Amino acid sequence: MFKSVGKRVKKYDGEGLVTGRMTYVSDLTMPNMLICKTLRSPYHRAKLNKVDVSEALKVPGVYAIITKDDVPHNYFSMVPDHHVLAEELIRYKGQNIAAVAAISKEVALEAISKIKLDIEELPFVIDPVEACKPGAPKVRPEGNLHLFDGTSEVRKIRKGDVEKGFAEADYIVEGTYTTPSQEHAPLETSASLAYLDEAGKLVIHSKTQGLYFTQGDLANVYQLPLNKLKFVGGTIGGGFGGMNSIHTDHLAGLLTLKTGRPVKFHLTREEEMLYSTIRSPWIFKFKDGIKKDGTITARKVDILHDCGAYTELGLYAVEKNANMIAGAVKVENLEVNSRMVYTNKMPSGSMRGFGVNVGQFADQVQVDKLAHAVGMKPIEVRLKNSFKENDENHVGNPLVAVSSIETLKMVAEMAGEELAPEYANMSSK
Amino acid sequence: MSEILSFYLNGNPVEVLVKPEQTLLELLRDELGLTSPKCGCNHGDCGACTVILDGKAVKSCLVLAPTVKGKKVVTADGLCSGEKLHPIQQAFLDYGAPQCGYCTPGMVMAATAFLLENPKPTKEEIKEALSGNLCRCAGYEKYTEAVLAVSKGEFGLLPEGSDFNV
Ligand code: FES
Ligand code: FES
Repeated sequence: MFKSVGKRVKKYDGEGLVTGRMTYVSDLTMPNMLICKTLRSPYHRAKLNKVDVSEALKVPGVYAIITKDDVPHNYFSMVPDHHVLAEELIRYKGQNIAAVAAISKEVALEAISKIKLDIEELPFVIDPVEACKPGAPKVRPEGNLHLFDGTSEVRKIRKGDVEKGFAEADYIVEGTYTTPSQEHAPLETSASLAYLDEAGKLVIHSKTQGLYFTQGDLANVYQLPLNKLKFVGGTIGGGFGGMNSIHTDHLAGLLTLKTGRPVKFHLTREEEMLYSTIRSPWIFKFKDGIKKDGTITARKVDILHDCGAYTELGLYAVEKNANMIAGAVKVENLEVNSRMVYTNKMPSGSMRGFGVNVGQFADQVQVDKLAHAVGMKPIEVRLKNSFKENDENHVGNPLVAVSSIETLKMVAEMAGEELAPEYANMSSK
Repeated sequence: MSEILSFYLNGNPVEVLVKPEQTLLELLRDELGLTSPKCGCNHGDCGACTVILDGKAVKSCLVLAPTVKGKKVVTADGLCSGEKLHPIQQAFLDYGAPQCGYCTPGMVMAATAFLLENPKPTKEEIKEALSGNLCRCAGYEKYTEAVLAVSKGEFGLLPEGSDFNV
């Protein structure tokens, strides 16, 4: 009946993969191609007074060296606050300061070693809680806490009355949960190849996960109309969300515009690990009220997202997290307070369910705690408080095609967990 | 100073200019334009650059190019003859082992060299043999199952030749 369901389906490009004939972006080369290497900040936070490239430019085989002054519009990313090349205030270790295009990797690295920096190291802040304190080193001139809508340090969700809910509860259960940073570590590191085509159009072969997004973002950086900038995607050696942020495309393109020659920029493993975007850390504080019969009466969640040095996808992550954090349990009285703080680290990127699964980890551990407090089975607390068809979720959206009770019952069956009849007979309808 | 290096690549004699500090991986990719060995780390950690050198799997990023003088190097694209895939390649394909595929050529070479040495391995031995090859997309289980199937003859006889086992 089905052509593919339940059957092994051959990967359409599988032959190319098993023979190694597949061409990835990092495999591309062109005649006359230059190699890009960048000079990165040795400090987490610093004042950059001057970049002297005069000696570096004299190295034979160097075609161009660019700094912030060579970038038509020095801002990029989804919230365009990230500097393509560092301005006066360096915000994280490994931030790009200058980019070299040279005839070979060796020549590019020699040129990098000859760039003279007038730079002063400054006190820095790595810990998100420290960064919130008054007097902490300022990651951004405008302060470390993000202002939502330009006005509020807290992004709020309010439903019902949590104080009333806590008063109705038999137990109050609190819990703090943290998640660390995580690198995507795709086996193919970030790579770009840029060149000018016969019509003078800038073409970039990119590992990006969002071709049109990156095209729009970089058209702005280059100040080029969209019909002068073409992006070519292709097979990539892993992304995991990391390729939603730009790591090499911007500089390869700028150096091609400057030299007129093809330019390849391919990160080393060290650069990918230390300086590309990551899944950034979170801190969740839960306070729940629960009745003896297992009904959750109120939930209050305070969230802190450590966004790193620039916004990148941090704000998007906070928004997704805020909408999901209260979990798959129905709570009449809810308060969610999200804050996002900047620290002197690599910026917060997207990574596989970013913002959501970190929150679900915290929520699920907390729900287990609730079950222990009232002496119920963890799965029964989940069933008892589960959403049903046409319920409203925590931010007022109607829920359709709800199947959480059926799913939980199947989980119980697979785990060999006996359910009391009042739970075994439940349905989402 | 650069010197002329001659060796055998996928059965063919090659002469190429090589720098003393160049690795075999750089030579294959940058000078000879052969990109089936991948560069995942350049430090011997990931196995994406694995090739077969005189019958043994080596990480080509750890081999200095001048040392392969007169030796036989086989890469993943040299394993298949024309359109016909090597049994290991066919098995990886049929088991759906590669996801992004960037680790695959290295896995192919590590598995091929291993089966030449140990044609009837246990599952544990296969895992051990592939443990130097990282797959970030996490296809380990399927890679292991596929090698096991090949060792049981499900994909035909393994070609043995002077290029693989000297
Ligand atoms: S590139 Fe050689 S082991 Fe990773
Ligand atoms: S298939 Fe992507 S790294 Fe193995």
